[in-house]
Amino acid sequence: MAYNCVVLIKQVPDTKRITGKAMNDDGTVNRAALPAIFNPEDLNALELALQIKDDFGGRVTAVTMGPPAAAAVLRECLYRGADDTVLITDRRCAASDTLATSYILCCAVKKFEYDLVLCGRQAIDGDTAQVGPQLAEKLGITQITYVEKLLALDGGTVTVRRSIGNGWQLARANLPVLLTVTSEANEPRIAAALRLMKYKNARTVSEITREAETANEGLDDDRIRDICLKRVDELQTKGLLINQWDLDTIGADLKWCGRNGSPTKVHRIQSVVLAAKDSKRVEPTEAGICAMVHELIEDKTIS
Amino acid sequence: MFAEQHDEKLEEVPIELLSKGRALADRLAVPLAAALLGNGVNGLAPRLIHYGANRVYLAEHHLLKHYQTNSYARVMNELIHQYRPQIVLYGATATGRDLAPRVASAIKAGLTADCTDLQIGDHGSANGKTHKNLLFQVRPAFGGNIIATIINHDRWPQMATVREGVMPAAVPDTSRRGEIISYKPALSAADLAIEILEQHKQARKVNLKAARVVVAGGAGVGSRENFRLIWDLANALGGAAAASRAAVDLGFIDRDHQVGQTGTTIRPGLYIAIGISGAIQHQAGMSESRKIVAINNDPDAPIFQAAHYKIVGDLNKLVPIMTKTIRKRS
Repeated sequence: MAYNCVVLIKQVPDTKRITGKAMNDDGTVNRAALPAIFNPEDLNALELALQIKDDFGGRVTAVTMGPPAAAAVLRECLYRGADDTVLITDRRCAASDTLATSYILCCAVKKFEYDLVLCGRQAIDGDTAQVGPQLAEKLGITQITYVEKLLALDGGTVTVRRSIGNGWQLARANLPVLLTVTSEANEPRIAAALRLMKYKNARTVSEITREAETANEGLDDDRIRDICLKRVDELQTKGLLINQWDLDTIGADLKWCGRNGSPTKVHRIQSVVLAAKDSKRVEPTEAGICAMVHELIEDKTIS
Repeated sequence: MFAEQHDEKLEEVPIELLSKGRALADRLAVPLAAALLGNGVNGLAPRLIHYGANRVYLAEHHLLKHYQTNSYARVMNELIHQYRPQIVLYGATATGRDLAPRVASAIKAGLTADCTDLQIGDHGSANGKTHKNLLFQVRPAFGGNIIATIINHDRWPQMATVREGVMPAAVPDTSRRGEIISYKPALSAADLAIEILEQHKQARKVNLKAARVVVAGGAGVGSRENFRLIWDLANALGGAAAASRAAVDLGFIDRDHQVGQTGTTIRPGLYIAIGISGAIQHQAGMSESRKIVAINNDPDAPIFQAAHYKIVGDLNKLVPIMTKTIRKRS
């Protein structure tokens, strides 16, 4: 029996490589100074979906919400084996919190027939781990969070090992389910060379338009539109068109999207300044260390 | 607040939530209530009152014996609608982080994850209106590089999950009196979407939070074998051995020992950081230690900004000297 999987992907700033330049003087984050990467645990979710496809057949659809540049992570999905990709991009998505994001993703996921929805445990920019459970509730399906291993997929049920913080449990549920996947679950495969050669040319409509405008500067708008339409047709025939949807395509009610749909708002952002403490330099010698230990005993830090 | 229990035993995080919850409730002059879900857990209700709750909403049902997302989310949702709290708090444990977003999505409420502090304050909107007595939900974001204060002024209720170990535990007072309100959930087998086939809990091998002295090693220690230096010093001090994420990822020590944003947050009397560069994510877990000693061969390592005692040099030479000095002290 084949299983259809929808995998939710997020492109995130690489918060591990933050340097001084990454913070603006006003304490906000300068996203432009941070490399954008595939959220690490989303790669584990994708890998799990691809393993299910390898073992049982079925389609793997990768969905992301983000700016036009987020098409890059969808190409990464195609290199590894995804069948379909969807970019949800719309200015009206801006300022969505986790609740609004889960609503928008729900509208998109409902467009597919699926047995499993997979996401990474959490994204490294917000570390909230909220969108998966919020989406499962909106889809009205069972969620299993912190999946460390897929043990069985058997007709209508899935069995997994999940982390419970200080241990694990084996849990079984009827399909469809939403799984949030941890980095323990697998070792994500690397891009396949042949697929990379093919899908490096995959584009969204936004990308096609921007490339046509750059390459044909000076031509009038109608002419450029014709070039774009032709290119879209051509890529579609070759299976290289990345679907690009906006909030109208997925039939989202704007009341629940973006700033309007987000109950949580930012009151204040502070940049973390590591306070220099009242500190002493200790000589890296036996005498220096002896003196320090003595002080720590004197002030009763060490008993 | 959600009073997380497993196997009829109260977790630590509800006791932390009760101390912060008590302060918030006093500030707002409202009662503090604990939602206690389970089966055969009524014996825990008086303890919740001793720790600061004015009321306990006690929801007992045989189908609530083991935590499951759907059954617990359904009962929390019903309790919230029945008793209409302004604020709902959960511990940011595996259970709390599974439950809270499910509840928030169902009632279309805002939810802030992993708060490290909660305060009450006023917020001036762009339109000039001031919203009074909001819950300020303070949390690190962007890998700990910023601290965001999140509010929720136009949608009921205000919900947050709170990190374990960052708020001091409440002190029990057995003279406190409160009200226990029984709630009878109408659950059926259909509310249990998951079949739990087997469960295995490790007793936490280390309790970093309880240790007065913590000796932590980083990638600079070099190998699992060389981590012996860290264990020896910790033993000499009667403290616990800990590690940075890098050291854990390299396999020098088990994940239970990890300090930092994705590990445990601790505030011991003495923290000795050895071969740890001190990424902001690490400092988020230890910067409130009362005394910090850092040993690193890189004079520019960020850990030195947090340290009270800075030792620039080779840890392989210096750590054994320190261990020897401490062993000799008595």
